[in-house]
Amino acid sequence: MEYIIIIISAIFVNNILLAQFLGCCPFLGVSNKLSTAVGMSGAVCFVITLATLVTYLLQYYVLNPLGIGFLQTIAFILVIAALVQMVEIVLKKVSPALYQALGIFLPLITTNCAVLGVALIVVTKEFTFGGEPHMLNLGESVVYAFATSLGFGLAMILFAGLREQLALNKVPKSFKGIPIALITASILAMAFMGFSGLV
Amino acid sequence: MTKFQLITKGLIKENPTFVLLLGMCPTLATTTSAINGMSMGLATMFVLVLSNMAISAVAKVIPDKVRIPAYIVIIATFVTLLQFVMQAYTPAIYETLGLFIPLIVVNCIVLGRAEAFANKNSVVDSACDGLGIGLGFTPSLTVLGLIREILGSGSAFGFKFIPGDGILCFVLAPGAFMVLGYLIVLFHKLTDKKNKQ
Repeated sequence: MEYIIIIISAIFVNNILLAQFLGCCPFLGVSNKLSTAVGMSGAVCFVITLATLVTYLLQYYVLNPLGIGFLQTIAFILVIAALVQMVEIVLKKVSPALYQALGIFLPLITTNCAVLGVALIVVTKEFTFGGEPHMLNLGESVVYAFATSLGFGLAMILFAGLREQLALNKVPKSFKGIPIALITASILAMAFMGFSGLV
Repeated sequence: MTKFQLITKGLIKENPTFVLLLGMCPTLATTTSAINGMSMGLATMFVLVLSNMAISAVAKVIPDKVRIPAYIVIIATFVTLLQFVMQAYTPAIYETLGLFIPLIVVNCIVLGRAEAFANKNSVVDSACDGLGIGLGFTPSLTVLGLIREILGSGSAFGFKFIPGDGILCFVLAPGAFMVLGYLIVLFHKLTDKKNKQ
């Protein structure tokens, strides 16, 4: 039951892009075309899940026993940077097709705050299930990370679809580009507010 | 460019929020009130100045291939320092900004300035550049926060002057996108007019 709550909450209620504002750079930057949005979402999904697994283990089995939990920011960003690099090398060898599809997005992901954000959320934030505060365990963390990245993909793909339509319309000169995209995002965020109170 | 130009260019010409559109995550997330926006701007400025100085000092020693990870470590060090300082002196603001303090590490403004300016300029110039960009970022966040605070909760810098609840939507996510969108439109409009004259 808890897993279902985590999944619904991460995808719809606390959508990472439209409610928590993590990962806004790719959200505004590469959402011009549907195909790039799909590629970016795929890469993010892959990296967030893997990075959260690794940083969770790092926090609880290395940093905390050594009493250096405060170094988490430095440690996590290094792990994420190394991981992205490794994923790139492995993908190139194992699945050239997937590498081709995700290729250019992978290096961008190191500085995507969604990845570091989710890694930090699972080790610092207390979640409440049925009124009881509770730190996520390993399984829940990975599920949370995966669901969050699905939420990222959902918002990203919806937004890219909207922007593709928008490109065909006449927009006042000052609104061209990012401003109209932001206002569209605002309306999309309003639609997602409808999910609040669901869990 | 003189030092004065370095410090003032961030205000209008290279404004990180309205022109360069960098650092969108903290811009949207922490500007629920004017004070929060200003604190975030100042926190970013702190990291920006120090990391710019440190990077310009050691840039020649770092091999080209590993420069990005090296820069990130330097930035992360200053962010951790900032976390300690804020926890000690401004615990309330530290609590409100929460996750977005450690996330300064991945703020594209900081890494962007390191890569575009600090690694090929002197320490003093880099400090001025950091200060200038910070001075552009802080007022932008403050203005955004102020507008959202006035519309959303009827107060400015914490002083309530409109009774009642205000339009809650502006404090929440949709308001952030909308106010930023309209502010950029206004900024374009004003700067376009200025360029034409």
